[in-house]
Amino acid sequence: MTDRKKVVVAMSGGVDSSVALGVLKEQGYDCIGVSMQLWDYAAKELAEEQTLPGGSTAGSCCSLEDLAVARRVAETFGVPFYVLNMETAFEREVVGYFVDSYLEGSTPNPCIKCNEVLKFDLLLKKALALGVDSLATGHYARIDFRDGRYRLLKGVDPEKDQSYFLFTMTEHQLAHIRFPLGAMTKTETREAARRFGLTNSEKQESQEICFIEESGYGEFIRERTGREIPAGEIVDAEGTVIGAHTGFYNFTIGQRKGLGLSGGPYYVTHVDAKSNRVTVSSEEGLYSPALIATEINWIDPVSHEAAKSDDGLTGITAKIRYRHAGVDAAAKITEDGKLRVDFTEPQRAVAAGQAVVLYREDVVLGGGWIERATE
Amino acid sequence: MNKIYFDHNATTPVLDEVFDAMLPFLKEEWGNPSSIHWAGRVPKKAVEDAREQVAAFLGCSPVEIIFTSSGSESDNLGIKGVAYAKKNKGNHIITTKVEHPAVLKTCKYLEKEGFEVTYLNVDSAGMIDLGELKEAITDKTILITIMYANNETGVIFPVEEIGRIAKEHKITFHTDAVQAAGKLPIDTATLPVDLLTISGHKLYAPKGVGALFVRRGTRVVPIIHGGHHERNRRGGTENVAGIVGLGKACEMAAADMESERAHLEKMTTRLEEGIKEKVPHVYVNGGGSPRLVNTSNISFEFIEGESILLGLDMHQIAASSGSACTSGSLEPTHVLLAMGNTAELSHGSIRFSLGRINTMEEVELLLDVLPPIVERMRSMSPLYAGSNEPVVFKR
Repeated sequence: MTDRKKVVVAMSGGVDSSVALGVLKEQGYDCIGVSMQLWDYAAKELAEEQTLPGGSTAGSCCSLEDLAVARRVAETFGVPFYVLNMETAFEREVVGYFVDSYLEGSTPNPCIKCNEVLKFDLLLKKALALGVDSLATGHYARIDFRDGRYRLLKGVDPEKDQSYFLFTMTEHQLAHIRFPLGAMTKTETREAARRFGLTNSEKQESQEICFIEESGYGEFIRERTGREIPAGEIVDAEGTVIGAHTGFYNFTIGQRKGLGLSGGPYYVTHVDAKSNRVTVSSEEGLYSPALIATEINWIDPVSHEAAKSDDGLTGITAKIRYRHAGVDAAAKITEDGKLRVDFTEPQRAVAAGQAVVLYREDVVLGGGWIERATE
Repeated sequence: MNKIYFDHNATTPVLDEVFDAMLPFLKEEWGNPSSIHWAGRVPKKAVEDAREQVAAFLGCSPVEIIFTSSGSESDNLGIKGVAYAKKNKGNHIITTKVEHPAVLKTCKYLEKEGFEVTYLNVDSAGMIDLGELKEAITDKTILITIMYANNETGVIFPVEEIGRIAKEHKITFHTDAVQAAGKLPIDTATLPVDLLTISGHKLYAPKGVGALFVRRGTRVVPIIHGGHHERNRRGGTENVAGIVGLGKACEMAAADMESERAHLEKMTTRLEEGIKEKVPHVYVNGGGSPRLVNTSNISFEFIEGESILLGLDMHQIAASSGSACTSGSLEPTHVLLAMGNTAELSHGSIRFSLGRINTMEEVELLLDVLPPIVERMRSMSPLYAGSNEPVVFKR
């Protein structure tokens, strides 16, 4: 039987998830802290000598410091704490996806993938299997229940809103997920951390992808695949060769630096893995009036119906990357089942591989993965 | 909710008698056993009395016992000590793939020091093949180190035969008997081993004390250099209270051996039969081999042992799965992998290791609590559902 007063809290060792635990404790919930052990690049290098006969690797633990902090926080609040080993799933579903996506010339978003596949699927299942009612995370987003349906909304702090990363959520997941920080601002979170006596309240949060070292994406992909991607051509919008590049995966849409071109300034507008070509243009060429997205997830069924209708879904805003302010848009399902999003004004650097997330005011209607910019 | 402890292969509680024997040496008898004055006399006598108790327990002479800080230190001393002592005679060591990390990592370290190590396989029942052992022996082989009983499966290795083979070839034989000690009779007077490791806290003595039996005439190079303690073989002022505790625990283990074995065997048998009867898709790892009477390692197909452990912990029942790594998360165990299990199945195993504090009522309680946990986990298991693919939406 599920216990509505029992919640599993996903803890990273950071201030947000630590405060999420504290807030739930204050509200009288019986909490269990868990951390996911996902990855440690340094440990992977050590794994060779640490491999025991039989093949298991001993001691390849992920960001031990963070896990130790999470454990200390759980101890402070007097709740049980477990570390769950999810390295295999992370490696396959997140790192694998990241590398594949880069090799296709896209700009992947592994944080969304991690939310989708690990936190809100695998981890949620593990949590529910323990007989608790819900899983809580430190995301800045809100969930409410209205007219018989669960809705996903932006967090109240516009600076911290993380709903963009959550567009893949299903109604089942929304029913079993709690975001205790959704109604709080980052400032309030830091204040709460101090009130709870958490020492990590001043810690700088990382904006980087957790499994990539400083050496950069290109180096990471070279090491992972053991493959040297050959140098190729840089062409302009007309297809004229104007330079050479050192491997297409070193480039992302909108990139200006590191092109090694004279004149300009030039911006990357397209990365073509097949032909190993990087297309550049002047800044105007970066702007697109619309995009095509695939793998659509609709959280709001009414919007889904509207998008299928002749008129399409109108009066919405679209975000095409996390730090994007959002633009007024209209969306429509195409004949081949994809999603076309038209902006009221052209948008800069629409990147394949990133997500487009659709909102009506604060409510997340749904979203999809950007396949390409279009006219 | 009463707390139930089924993880005695991880550690055991300190018995009251052991605690009482130790207490004076944490309070009034705090002297250094090496001192020649009054303060050292009682502690010195206590250490030597304990040495006699341990020796009696293992069927050896007190001079053949070296006190250490742990089973791991005893393994390190036994293996490195012999390897370095015999390095002019050869550089080859034979062990198995299923040893405790204290043995495996020590062997890995010695490989970097120029030694060569053969890791023997085990079959699906967790048993080694003596034929493979004989074939592995070369004229460079100086040491065989094979555990007495496996900590994860409880499988008992044929140490007597291994010892005879070692003797025939004049190879030194060390056995890690940390799990065997107290659970089956060990008599070094008849058992052909040269070195044998035991650990206090697996025997109802406290953590921080262990011992190494070193047969007379076996040369061991010290790894902890210091004073003249332990006949120059292990530096460091003695952990008097711990050593006294180990001595007392050995005495009690010997005295209660028969009754405890019967008690444990009855409970373990009921636990295994009960689980097999109430839960489908389970099997006992090492089930086809001779095993310790207290250890039952059970694989539950389609689910992770980790999840079951968490579920049991919520009912205040302690068991274990695999080995915890530094972060506290669980690794697929090298023992079950070596037995040919897939990583998934290794992940789905739980070790119940019973001890003298357990009762049949506790076993019955487990048999009530466990089946619904497994059932619920299976009904929600991504493995049971057939895949780990993203289920939110399909590409």
